[in-house]
This record gives sequence, C-alpha cells and structure tokens, in this order.
Amino acid sequence: MNSFEKQKKEAQRKWDLLKTSKIPVIYLGTASCGRAAGAMEVLKSVQNTLKENRLKAKIVEVGCIGPCYLEPLMDIVLPGRPRISYANLNPDKVRKIVESYLIKGDPLAQLAVGHFGEEGDKFTDGIPRFFDLPMLKPQVRVVLRNCGFIDPEEIDHYLANEGYSGIMSALRKKPEEVIAEVKEAGLRGRGGAGFPTYRKWEICRRSPGKIKYLICNADEGDPGAFMNRSLIEGDPHSVLEGMLIAAYAIGASQGYIYIRAEYPLAIARLKTALTQIREYGFLGKNIQNSGFDFEIRIKEGAGAFVCGEETALISSIEGKRGMPRSRPPFPAVSGLYGMPTIINNVETLGTLPNILRNGGSWYKHYGTQGNHGTKTFSLVGKVRRTGLIEVPLGMTLRKIIFDIGGGTIKPFKAVQTGGPSGGCLSEEFLDTPIDYESLTQAGSIMGSGGLIVMDEDTCVVDLAHYFLDFTQKESCGKCSPCRVGTRHMVEVLEKITKGQGQPDDLSKLLTLGETIKTGSLCGLGQTAPNPVLTTLHYFRPEYLLHISEKHCPATVCRELIEYRVIPKK
Amino acid sequence: MKNKDYQDIFSGFKGEEGDLIPLLQKFQEKYGYISEEAITYLSRFLKISENQIFGVASFYSQFRFDPPGRNSIKVCLGTACHVRGGQILSEALQRELDVLPGQTTKDRKFNLERVACLGCCALAPVVQVNTDIHSRMTVIRLKTILDKYE
Repeated sequence: MNSFEKQKKEAQRKWDLLKTSKIPVIYLGTASCGRAAGAMEVLKSVQNTLKENRLKAKIVEVGCIGPCYLEPLMDIVLPGRPRISYANLNPDKVRKIVESYLIKGDPLAQLAVGHFGEEGDKFTDGIPRFFDLPMLKPQVRVVLRNCGFIDPEEIDHYLANEGYSGIMSALRKKPEEVIAEVKEAGLRGRGGAGFPTYRKWEICRRSPGKIKYLICNADEGDPGAFMNRSLIEGDPHSVLEGMLIAAYAIGASQGYIYIRAEYPLAIARLKTALTQIREYGFLGKNIQNSGFDFEIRIKEGAGAFVCGEETALISSIEGKRGMPRSRPPFPAVSGLYGMPTIINNVETLGTLPNILRNGGSWYKHYGTQGNHGTKTFSLVGKVRRTGLIEVPLGMTLRKIIFDIGGGTIKPFKAVQTGGPSGGCLSEEFLDTPIDYESLTQAGSIMGSGGLIVMDEDTCVVDLAHYFLDFTQKESCGKCSPCRVGTRHMVEVLEKITKGQGQPDDLSKLLTLGETIKTGSLCGLGQTAPNPVLTTLHYFRPEYLLHISEKHCPATVCRELIEYRVIPKK
Repeated sequence: MKNKDYQDIFSGFKGEEGDLIPLLQKFQEKYGYISEEAITYLSRFLKISENQIFGVASFYSQFRFDPPGRNSIKVCLGTACHVRGGQILSEALQRELDVLPGQTTKDRKFNLERVACLGCCALAPVVQVNTDIHSRMTVIRLKTILDKYE
C-alpha cells in the first residue's frame, strides 16, 4: 500500500469514528458569516450547558452550509439518529434545545429547521428533510459539497470524503491528458469572463519559460459577493487540490494565493491547510513520489479592487502599484516576473478536483450546451432567503430569486448581476437563463456571482450612482477614459439624485458610458458604465422622474423628499 | 521606533521588491500605521526610493499614515449593505463621533473607516469594531454597541 492509500485509510477510520460516535456530536457553523450572526456566543452557550449538566458531546466547527438567513446554525446528532439542524439560534434557545434533546431525548421538532436522515424516520417526526427545504431543493452541490459537513481544519475529514483523489488521478495522467479532461468538462473561468479554462492552460503549457507560475485569485473584490470566502473557510483543501491539479497541467512549480486582507479567517484556514498538506506530502518536492514539485505562498491583498484584474494582480505581487497593463502579451505567455502565468479564480480551482475525480463527461452532465457545470452565487439584498447557493448553469433568474430566495417582501424591482461591473436587470428578464451569453446579451455580465435583489424601496438612480462612485474611487488612474470619464459620470448622477438634473444629462451619460466602455485599458473601465447603461435602458422613466418632476419614487434620494405636516394627525 | 524592532520585522525577508507590500502590512500591524520613519527604514532595506515606497503604499486603501484610535470602526458600504441602509449607519456614526471617515476622534477612542465589503452580505448591514462584526445593524443599536468599547 502506498502512503496515500495509508493516509486515506487512516482518515476514513477517523471519519467513521465521528459518524458512529457513541456520544452526541454537535456541529456549529462558525464561518465569518456565522460569527457575525453570533455563532461564537452560541458555541459558548453549548459548552456551558454541557458542563453544567455534566453531558458529554463532541463539538465540531464547520463552514457555511449556505442559508445565511438561518444563521447561526447548529446541528445535533445523537448516536444512531439522523442529524437535526436548528436555526436562528441565540444562547438561551441553544440551552433549551441541548437540554431537551440530550437529556430528555426530545428534539423539540417545532424548533428544528431540517434533518439529514431518511424520510419517515420516527426520530424526526414533524421535521422536514434539510435538502427538501425550498431554498435547498433546486440546488446542486458540486463545489460546495463539503461546506458545512467537514471540519475545515481537519485534513482527514477532507481525505475521507474523496479528498486529494482528484490530484492522484491527475498525477497518473500526462499533463496534456489533464487538460483534455478539463476541455471535455467544458469548464469556463468562474471569475467572471468565462474564458475556457483549458485554452488558457494550453497556451501557458506551450509557452517557454524556465519557471511557470499559478496564481489563485482570491481577491474577491465585488461588494456583495462572498462565494470565494465561504468556500475557502468551509473547504480550503478543495482549493489547494485544485491548485495542484492546475499547476501539474500547466507545468508550474510556484503558486501564489492572492487573497484579500479583509478575510482573516479564510487566510488562517489556508495557512493551516498548507501546513497539513506539506506534512502529508502534497506540497514541496516530489509530490506523492510523482516527480512533480510545487510550492504555494500566500500574498495578502492590500485593498484595491482593480487587483482582481489579472495584470494588476501580477503588479501587486511584484510589489508595485496594482495597475493593469495593456495586453497582449497575455499573462499565460508573459506574466509574473515575465514568466508564463495562469491566474484562476477560487471557484474554478475548487471545481477541478471534482472533474478529475469523476471525469469531464460527468461534469458536462450539469448545465446547458456551452455553459456546463454549476456556479455558486451569493444571493443577497431584499430577498427573503439570503445566502450562498450553487445551481446548474442555465437556471432562470426567476427560479433563483423566487424559488430559492423566496422572493421579495415588497414588489420585486430589479436584480444586479456581476457586481459593479454588471448590470441591473428588470422584471422582464426574470426568465433569462443564467449563463455567460444570455447575461451579456442583456447588457450585464455573469461576473463572479453576486446577485443583489432590489425591491421598490431601492432607487435605481441612487444605485447607479453608488456603483459608479465605487468604480470611480477604485479606478487606478492609468488611462483617462476610466479616470476622467467615471468621474464625470458620478458628477452627472449626483446632480440627478439631488434634483439638479438637466434634460440632456441622460444623453451625456450614454455618450460617456459608451466612450469609457470602448476606450478603457482593462476590465474595470470596460465594464464600469454597465450599471448606468442598463438602468438607463430598463428604468429610463425613473431617471426622467428625477429630472423633470424632481421626484424619487423609492424615496431614497433625500434632497427630493418633501416633508409636510398633516394637521389632523 | 528602535533599531531592534524593525530588524524583527525584516527577519525572514530577503529584501526583494516583492517583499514591499508584505513588509508594509507588517509595519502597519505592529504600529497601526506607516510612519515616515518606517518608510525610511524600508527604503534602506529594500534599496528602493522613499518616493516609490510612498507611491505604492498610498495606492492601496489598507495603509494609513497617521496613528489610529484605540478602536477601529469599519462601516461596510458593500452593495448589499448599501441597499439595506449602510450609508445611514455611516452618517449616524459621523454625527455621533463628530468625525469624517478616515479620521480619529479627539479622545483617540475611535477611528472611523469605510470598507467596500466585509463578505457578510447576507446579514447586511454590518459594522465591524476591531475584530467583532456586528450584523443586521440599526442606528439605535449602534450607540449601545459603541458603549461597550473603552
């Protein structure tokens, strides 16, 4: 038996011990979002309750399972019984549940949100199955399969769940065959633009260079997007395994993870995971006796949105101002320190182990023609059920917002896809399937996966102003269309939200927007006008009301609100 | 800053250009901001001009050039927080503390910052004080939360 088989067997033994534990096991979601909702206070309460009642239980801290609106979440497994999930906890509620279930054996079905057992189990009477909940049912979990189920700081949990078998399968193949597998899967870059992953790899593989680099882009800068953070916090090894696969395919020996400094927990989890894989022989020289060498270093970003752009990111790693340069040459030919470099997004990398383990044709099974596989989204804003979701590409926006998200409380108005670089789509686009081409055609982009839902209380002019103000501040200032143009657009929009808009402002915005789109150097500028252009297109009457009637129907623009005293009241 | 202190910071670095940002981060972590003195030392260590170092440091929003307050407040103005009222929180804090974003209160108790996104969008709006993230914030709860900090 080789060392990997041994490691796997030992991991399986540990995992089985947990699954057949003789004492209760309590799972707590303690990713950043859980913590923000109070998971650490819940954890303390669980510990205190156990201590005071002299109860024995194993506590496992896990990542985010997805439905953030239910945070903080806790699951309890009693020996021989299915796992039961409890939501929206506070210290008192937790005490009540733990005491009732662990002492009296009553799971308090009315407080449970779901269970993970078989249907018709007598222990879970009156509790729905967790994955049958309306938010979960339409989802397909490929990238997020481990999130919420394994302890992200335990490499053995990952190994016991088929972890690192993707890279083992890759190492048995030639690099060209790995690329062919990814080509067969039809995987496209999940960072936003959707460029076929295999094509980028092929170019890099063929480019000469004494050293090649692989960079994991974890600079999740889009406000309103947190998919990458959740994946790293919940299952860091899947990203590292993806990096190993990509590096082997392109022939890279040095890897970097460029991650936002705003994600301290994700950085800590990555550091732990890196120490573990070095110990297990998946990092360093001669990985698993295959002759393949690879090192990974973490580089913390310093807060610049433009560094999500490939060439800017490279400048930043080199210790310079994070400014993009014109392409070609593309990084795949000449990137970091002038060497062939591949930059892949966290989610793209997290998908790779699944493809290598199950085969490209398996992955192709999800999604639609030309848009294969699944995509994670952060569903936020004015929607009832907010959270992290994963769906097959091609699902309609309506299904995502209304079936998974439960719709809006007040009437639906618009949805912003693709963050500040994306567009704002109105109700008539709800039946648009989510895929790269359909969204581009509608004037938006897929982007990294933020979906921000808006209801009638959101003013689209204010929102357009918000996005432009963001991109204007984040513009690096290298090229003038972006630097000067976005500034002009912000000024015009500000005037409109203050009730000083002129009738010709809309045509000014259009001209500026088109010029910036065509004239800018990098993706930031080329997409910056999208929020304005799409809202101008789909919500023109609202702009006109602001300009001619000095009226903001959503009552957001404060200068346009009139206060009146009604004597009778 | 003592000679010994900065040598601790420099240990483990070879002095390559790529070390600049990680070193700036270390300085900021230790002293709370990047002082002129720190830039001088960095310039000597990396053999890069002070101008260039300041140019790089000022490009990134993470670095500040004056000492922060005892507690640091970050108001998230990501899209989800904006849609759910982050701007109103920011303005309430500016009134309450009598500072503008980027400034420190006179008693040096708080410094107020804006961030683009903390990644807790599903729990918007959020405000971070030091390392604690407070979710689903309201203007009324702001005051009770601030009272907890010394």
